[in-house]
Amino acid sequence: MADSTIAANAYIPFLEKKGIWSWLLTTDHKRIGILYLVSISIFFLIAGVIALLMRFELLTHNADFVSPHTYNVLFTLHGSVMVFFFIVPGLAASFGNFLIPLMIGAPDVAFPKLNLGSYWIYLLGTLILLIALLQPADTGWTFYTPYSATTGTDVILMTFGVFVLGFSSILTGLNFIVTIHKMRAPGMTWHRLPLFIWASYATAVLQLLATPVVGITLLLLIAERTLGIGFFDPAKGGDPVLFQNFFWFYSHPAVYIMIIPAMGVISEIIPVFARKPIFGYRAIAYSSLGIAFISFLVWAHHMFTSGISELAATIFSFLTFLVAIPTAIKVFNWVATLYKGSIQLHSAMLYALGFVFLFTIGGLTGLFLGALAADIHLHDTYFVVAHMHYVMIGGTVMGFFGALHFWYPKWFGRMFNESVAKLSWFLVFVGFNVTFFPQFFLGVQGMPRRYATYPEEFEPLMSLSTFGSWILGLGILIMLINLISGLFKGEKASQNPYGSLSLEWQVPSPPPLENFDKIPQVTEWTYGYGKKQVPVQTGQGSGGLS
Amino acid sequence: MTWLPDVASNLAGKVDGLLWIITIISLFFFVLISVVLVYFSVKYRRKRDDEETPYITGNGTLEFIWTVIPSVLLILLFVYGFVVYKEMRTAPKDAVDVTVIGKQWLWTFEYYNGKKTLNELYVRQNRPVRMVMRADDVLHSFFIPDFRVKQDILPGRYTQLWFTPTKVGTFDLYCAEYCGAGHSAMLGKVRVLSPEAYDIWEKGMSVDGQAVASTLPPAELGENVYKEKGCNACHSIDDSVLIGPSLKGLVGRAGELGDGSSYIADENYIRRSIVEPQGDVVKGFQPVMPSFKGILSDQEIDALIAYIKTLE
Amino acid sequence: MEQANVEHSHGLHMDPDTAYSVSKLGMWLFLGTEIILFGGLFAAYAIFRAKYPEMFMEQHLELNREMGAINTCVLIFSSLTMAIAVTAIQKSKQRLTSIFLGITILCGLAFGVVKYFEYGAKFSHHIYPDTSIFFSLYFLMTGLHMLHVFIGIVLLAVILALNMKGKFNASYNTPVEMGGLYWHLVDLIWIYLFPLLYLIG
Repeated sequence: MADSTIAANAYIPFLEKKGIWSWLLTTDHKRIGILYLVSISIFFLIAGVIALLMRFELLTHNADFVSPHTYNVLFTLHGSVMVFFFIVPGLAASFGNFLIPLMIGAPDVAFPKLNLGSYWIYLLGTLILLIALLQPADTGWTFYTPYSATTGTDVILMTFGVFVLGFSSILTGLNFIVTIHKMRAPGMTWHRLPLFIWASYATAVLQLLATPVVGITLLLLIAERTLGIGFFDPAKGGDPVLFQNFFWFYSHPAVYIMIIPAMGVISEIIPVFARKPIFGYRAIAYSSLGIAFISFLVWAHHMFTSGISELAATIFSFLTFLVAIPTAIKVFNWVATLYKGSIQLHSAMLYALGFVFLFTIGGLTGLFLGALAADIHLHDTYFVVAHMHYVMIGGTVMGFFGALHFWYPKWFGRMFNESVAKLSWFLVFVGFNVTFFPQFFLGVQGMPRRYATYPEEFEPLMSLSTFGSWILGLGILIMLINLISGLFKGEKASQNPYGSLSLEWQVPSPPPLENFDKIPQVTEWTYGYGKKQVPVQTGQGSGGLS
Repeated sequence: MTWLPDVASNLAGKVDGLLWIITIISLFFFVLISVVLVYFSVKYRRKRDDEETPYITGNGTLEFIWTVIPSVLLILLFVYGFVVYKEMRTAPKDAVDVTVIGKQWLWTFEYYNGKKTLNELYVRQNRPVRMVMRADDVLHSFFIPDFRVKQDILPGRYTQLWFTPTKVGTFDLYCAEYCGAGHSAMLGKVRVLSPEAYDIWEKGMSVDGQAVASTLPPAELGENVYKEKGCNACHSIDDSVLIGPSLKGLVGRAGELGDGSSYIADENYIRRSIVEPQGDVVKGFQPVMPSFKGILSDQEIDALIAYIKTLE
Repeated sequence: MEQANVEHSHGLHMDPDTAYSVSKLGMWLFLGTEIILFGGLFAAYAIFRAKYPEMFMEQHLELNREMGAINTCVLIFSSLTMAIAVTAIQKSKQRLTSIFLGITILCGLAFGVVKYFEYGAKFSHHIYPDTSIFFSLYFLMTGLHMLHVFIGIVLLAVILALNMKGKFNASYNTPVEMGGLYWHLVDLIWIYLFPLLYLIG
């Protein structure tokens, strides 16, 4: 359908206009998506380099590369930048912006100017952060009181930067919710929606409900340092654990803000490259919402050793196990989708399969931390570090890389070098495991996290982990070069190189300015691959449209 | 078995039981998922571009099974974790209390008979002991991997944990909650003594380390004190500056104090700085050092000074 | 706020009904986040009140009930005038709308003036945000609310200016209505703050 109508109308790709203002003042969701993509990638690289520096320091057990204080600053920067500037906005803001209107058949998001405003607020936040980098805090990204209220480093500027980012996050979430509610093309019913949309919706709800809480928490921390109020200061009648409650009330849902969009990506990639309908569509869709809901009720599992009551610990342990159920269901469904498929191991698919593999490890090791007595031993050790990175890199970042390779031809209209992509996937996958798998053993052995120096007995595994980080870094570097050189030298991408049925593949690559010549009429769900859909076999990919 | 640390308390074996069960369940699911994932990826690999695939959108029975079985297992894990946790949190009535004070970046232990030790916790084998803990400044966390116990320490209120050490020996004590520049140097030792040795120690006589140490040459004894009493958390012996001034070339060093007066580091200055550290704080440093009066013996202070003199 | 974005530059315009419902949903979601933002402070209030009931009983007497009551009346009255302004524009009565928007803004300013004297009186008694947990809560909650009043005043002033240029009428008045919703929220939060801080302490 799209091909024939395009010929009649002038096709202007959204990337046509040039000049800095055509970017900074754009209200086009696809361009704003690119702005986010570039910004978050820059922060990902900055925080990644910091991580390499940290791992380099940890190569030996002494502080022979940087001082302990510098190391503390480094892990604070690594955590804060990765979490607040890369992974929270991450997939949701970049691919969410690009894909949501395309996938639901809308010309743009509900509030395009607000969308640009959100990006500007994000920029403002990053600007504040960059200034804060001149005298960075040493509190860890969790800003725990009373340390954060008393340390001599500049905590205010950094928390204020995060506070500003919160607004960007809230407004983006709000925009997406309204878009998904109000802007779906005719016939795009809730149960025909691509699962990435369900995931984005669940994410947006989390952004809306949780972010204000961290906003007020950081505001209170700033007030603690400037006005001398004492909500978290025991000397003034306050309670340091209250800060942890407030903080994790946001930051646990934030973990799902980070991971749910990646789950959505995986649910898009696997059916296309397996040529199979997604297995258990409703289970996956509702489990996103289920995870989002339960995620608000598990925050205190970060605090089993913090001095909360035994009753509270027990309740939160139970609820934590509950959140494992919808997560497990998703993994089983992805694996089942492969059954009797026609599987093409494209680099995007390799990232998706890598996600399932690594995320399974991340999820299963979460069971150790949810079980009360085991968590007492493992809390605040490298086990937590490893678990968290298996979920955040093995999950979210693998999903992010998968999305980059999957939608790359659609977004930029060109192809990257597939062999190099496979090579970089291999290096990322191996390097990641070599870096983080030893850390599970370190944690069980008792190696505490956030240690600039450490007992000599941990050195072999710590060195191994550092070697792994070099492989991982090399893999990401090769991937980056491949993707960037593809922008200039890659061959032109066709409209639908993988034979996907989803709406975004039914428009030219890159998509035209307002996505669709006319709003599409949707008559089928997005995942109608397989025998039943006879026309789909031609790979023309018109199954989603009338 | 080497992936688990030493089993040195009554609780360690119970936590390990839980760790094993979760490991087995996790391994089962991990192997299941990865084997199926790889098998499908290989078996159903695309050979021709026009392959037909079946239209399968779900299977109620299968989905029901893989929802229910994990749910049951998860609840079992929760219960197991809870049962052990409950035991960890309920100290027996005959447990002996030790007061633990965490301060950047030192551990102080106070025993019921008024004895006080620094960075070294002495406990008697097979006698339950309860740590009643508070922090002086920021959060810390009391963590002994070989005992599988951990508890955060908060300013302004008490937290507690208990254990019965079952093995004689020396075990590592870590601070597990980030507490600033000296966090990774906030290390201690737990010395589990046999009942006989403990009685000797309790009566004020030196038992193991100290008895041997006293026959060491002063500079060597001083080096041991430097490492064991936590001086190294804040004072380096090279050119780096941690929380306090470096000890390298300290003897004879002259400079300015925080109040503007000047100092020359001789034996008396060093001694005073150990016993009354708030008195002469060097300009540019915070008055955060605790007093070691009554914690270090005169012999140990002499030895420390002798050790510092060797640091040219 | 976002209502201004309804008429965006794209070729595929939303029809007015959709645009209206889109704006409305967006606004309600935004108000929801505002409530959660204050919710954090309300939670802190509940926790510390349970912990230190005597402090709250004793120190809330230091607050000036009369001034608080006057401000409550001012805000409730302003909500009324705001509602009248919205009703008026729905009947295309632009002049009447301007008048009542003006009164609403004046009420907001009056609220600010009273609050200024209240804060001043506190400071002259050497009561500051770090005096006690109760006063920390008092200053933070009323301060954050005051900030919202100011934002509301600016918003309404912009809407007033646009209305005087004749931008709104019975068929298009979304910004007026959204501004009204925001103002009602600011009022609503005060309705909770007043008794919690001034009356039941």
